Amino acid sequence: MLFDLHAEDLVTAIEGPLVFLRRNVNVGLGDAVEVSHAGGDGRIGRVVAIDGDQVVVELLEDTTGLGIEDARIRFLGEPMLMPLGTGLLGRIFDGLGRPRDGGAPVAARVERRIDLAVINPAERGLPQDFILTGVSAIDVLNSLVRGQKLPIFSAGGLPHDKLATSIAQSARLLKEDGQDFAVVFCGIGVSHDSAESFRAAMEHSGALEHTAMFLNLASEPTAQRLLTPRYALTAAEYLAFDEGRHVLVILTDMTNYCEALREVSASHGEIPSRKGYPGYMYSDLATIYERAGWVEGRPGTVTQLPILTMPADDISHPIPDITGYITEGQVVMDRELDHRGIYPPIEVRSSLSRLMDQGIGEGFTDPDHPSLAQQLFASYARAAQVRILSSVVGREGLTPTDRLYLDFGDRFEAEFVQQTGVRELEESMEIGWRVLSLLPPVELSRLSDEQIATHIRAETASG
Amino acid sequence: MIGDMTAAAVIESVSGPVVKALRHAPLSVGEAVSVGPAGLLGEVVRVSAGQCTIQVYEETTGLRFGDAVIGSGQPLSVRLGPGLLGNIFDGLLRPLQQGGEEVQYTVLPLLEAGEKVQAGQRLARLEGPAKEQFVLVPHDLPEGVLGWIASGSAGENDVVARIALEDGSEREIGMIEHWPVRQPRPVRRRLAPNKMMVTGQRILDSLFPVARGGRAAIPGGFGTGKTVLQETLAKWCDADVIVYVGCGERGNEMAEVLHEFPKLEDPRSGRPLMERTVVIANTSNMPVAAREASIYTGVTVGEYFRDQGYNVTLMADSTSRWAEALREVSGRLGELPSESGYPAYLSSRLSEFYERAARVETLAGKKASLTLIGAVSPPAGDFSEPVTSHTKRYVRCFWGLDRGRAQARFYPAIHPLQSYSEDAANLVEWWTKQGNPNWRAWRERLLVLLEEQANLERMARIVGKDALPAEQQVKLLCADLVGNAFLRQSAFSKVDRYCSPERQTAMLGALIQFFDAAEQAVSEGVSPDDIAGSEFYRRMARMNEEIGEGEADRFAELIAHMEREMATLKRSDVDAV
Repeated sequence: MLFDLHAEDLVTAIEGPLVFLRRNVNVGLGDAVEVSHAGGDGRIGRVVAIDGDQVVVELLEDTTGLGIEDARIRFLGEPMLMPLGTGLLGRIFDGLGRPRDGGAPVAARVERRIDLAVINPAERGLPQDFILTGVSAIDVLNSLVRGQKLPIFSAGGLPHDKLATSIAQSARLLKEDGQDFAVVFCGIGVSHDSAESFRAAMEHSGALEHTAMFLNLASEPTAQRLLTPRYALTAAEYLAFDEGRHVLVILTDMTNYCEALREVSASHGEIPSRKGYPGYMYSDLATIYERAGWVEGRPGTVTQLPILTMPADDISHPIPDITGYITEGQVVMDRELDHRGIYPPIEVRSSLSRLMDQGIGEGFTDPDHPSLAQQLFASYARAAQVRILSSVVGREGLTPTDRLYLDFGDRFEAEFVQQTGVRELEESMEIGWRVLSLLPPVELSRLSDEQIATHIRAETASG
Repeated sequence: MIGDMTAAAVIESVSGPVVKALRHAPLSVGEAVSVGPAGLLGEVVRVSAGQCTIQVYEETTGLRFGDAVIGSGQPLSVRLGPGLLGNIFDGLLRPLQQGGEEVQYTVLPLLEAGEKVQAGQRLARLEGPAKEQFVLVPHDLPEGVLGWIASGSAGENDVVARIALEDGSEREIGMIEHWPVRQPRPVRRRLAPNKMMVTGQRILDSLFPVARGGRAAIPGGFGTGKTVLQETLAKWCDADVIVYVGCGERGNEMAEVLHEFPKLEDPRSGRPLMERTVVIANTSNMPVAAREASIYTGVTVGEYFRDQGYNVTLMADSTSRWAEALREVSGRLGELPSESGYPAYLSSRLSEFYERAARVETLAGKKASLTLIGAVSPPAGDFSEPVTSHTKRYVRCFWGLDRGRAQARFYPAIHPLQSYSEDAANLVEWWTKQGNPNWRAWRERLLVLLEEQANLERMARIVGKDALPAEQQVKLLCADLVGNAFLRQSAFSKVDRYCSPERQTAMLGALIQFFDAAEQAVSEGVSPDDIAGSEFYRRMARMNEEIGEGEADRFAELIAHMEREMATLKRSDVDAV
């Protein structure tokens, strides 16, 4: 620690979360600050701006009760650090990485800055280990690989929490090697009950001792939300790169994070960009999402499953739009499928996994997996077109082939997308071949003759 | 680089990448400076009496009031040299991979001592780990006489030649050259863009070709396949050198390039693709100001290889991130925002960038080119936003990506009706030389067919497909075939990821024959459904996967097979009536 300086009579103004100080101490941008007042605990903040005559501190806790006269400032002389060590798993922390389960603080082996971990792109390993999630629409069509960041684009009232929990419980490598895995759950502005239901589900499946939770609840200060994912990811990186675990990080709900970013940006008086969000939201989100991956020569990996709720179900809203440009694909949930009782309500056409081609096919999953996925996408896209057509001309106005497409679309949703338990990959693929066999072979232009002979004809014969 | 060690200014305020400092010594606009105790690299963007504003290319956390700013007396420059090929660098061309020992090159002199030399001339050839490169006479050197030239093994920092100048002084020439990134390198003259850059992608080469020295934009919303297309072009286009600029994009994509390229072979030279590639990575989590510079860095590297006589292609993924970096820095500078918050100079910056593309005669008289291909990431996939619409004004090829196609995993998802190529008119002769004198006519026929398809599908949506007359149904059938067999090309298929101009010609020929035969058959009473359900139609539709490079005779077989079967259909259908 460089210095530890106390000062009084510095505060000139307090506005929302911002505390303005006279600049008569030499502090660095991003330095941690503790603000206290007579009879109160220290509240954590950080230096967000320095100019000719003032220093602006953003408090990460409530400013209620602070007065200009009695505020006492303590400069820590260094950016915020997070103590890391064994015993992170099985614990619950608050949005600033402090224990909230009543336990003792983690015995620090190292202290790390929460916002400086940029993986050098030249040192990254290529993510290509297929993760079996047990969900057909993901495993077959939008495969997840270790080190990927694959967000769930959802909306209010859709079962994204259930899906994320189920993935956290059952995700494993295809050839399970029993390596250490861990789950880091990061709740950003979440309600107490959704945090609790996640905890209960993990406890129920016996995975709680592999889980670390970081919670910033909906009732807690907004400015903290900007730091919660950074604490959680710093912990995840420690678990992955120091302890050698394969870490799945669930970040929910990134929309709350972006709202907090907008709120804080507005309080700084910055020029807003699209829909009032700051122009640097892309760069800022990237510093979170880009922390997924693995580093050549280190044992562990960090895989991210961020969840965001699309405001007004609009995928072109800046939050999902910017996220989609940074992440390696997205799993999109659809309200109409949900209304029809299909769980998980994954809209596979707008969903995408960019790293899929690196982790499937010969030597990874099944040699015919890529063709099957291609054909299902192509046929389902055609089925969607035929649905629009039939809504105008009616089923009777369709050609016989188009009527088969209608049936294919329905069965694809009811049998392939819809599922109750978790499925093995073979089972998912088999259902895929089965629904495809509804279509005449001449329509299956993405499959080779051999693939049709092995999978489709056989299905037709047995079915 | 920092010569004068006395502070020219002291920091007064810090806002993200923008630092304001109190100045007490001269600093010029564009000058590279060293900021703070860690010596962060910055560039002066504004000076006023007693003050200056600096854009810092590194993370500014920890900078303090009163920290020193030291001037360098030089504009922001990058270090060019033979070690670029096959390696990865950050936005200011600093290596991201810490190499082991110094690489040794074999110097093969091309001139002898006593010969007259002039700027831009090739002095020596270098053989090293990547492809051969050349040491050039620096651009700023007036005429001189070669005094001495090295031969044999030398390292990057060794002197390669000495040139005696007219004023009696002598200048040492090494392999390394520093060049200001924002300044275009000089050429003797510009040449007409009438040579095609072969990309190996059918929808591009046959429908929307780009010429060597041309400029193209790939706009598309997220998930429409910009990056895969850029990578595919970087892999298979017939450039001598590829400069791949990852500007504000994903780190894992850079990892992909670094892992994949060394394993892939250049189809023309048989050498690993990495040997002709320079990767410049400023990923989205790296400092935002360096993202702004990375585009200029990339172009400067491209021009450096062009001046050695190479055909260079630069991929910038994505220019929108660069524009956003401009916007962010502009906002912090307190400039008045224009459209969507972008600075008013966005358009002129874009034009400056794209204008550096050209096919040229170098100072040494070699024909060479720099082709620019920029991806654009419009918010919400809306092509009317400022970056896309301004880019459209400065590029000659526009390859618009379409979400609907991407959702059906129809790649490359380039929409044929939204895309265009102004270079096409100049390339008819090139295609004729490749053995396809009909290219212009065939291309037009395909484009007209695709336009008709859109109209007919709109109609079918109202009246039902069955209600269309047979000659229109066969049009739809032909258009479907064009889509499945020709426009669709999987970047992951070993057979089809690259398609040579010869194979493209053969496929186009087969399609045109099919159109004629099918239209003829339908006019004679054959039902379009029978053609669609036939075995030969499936063979036609899968010809991109089933007939590979160098199997020209199999296309002839396919056409013969198609014509035989079509005749059989005519007999059975017409007899049945």
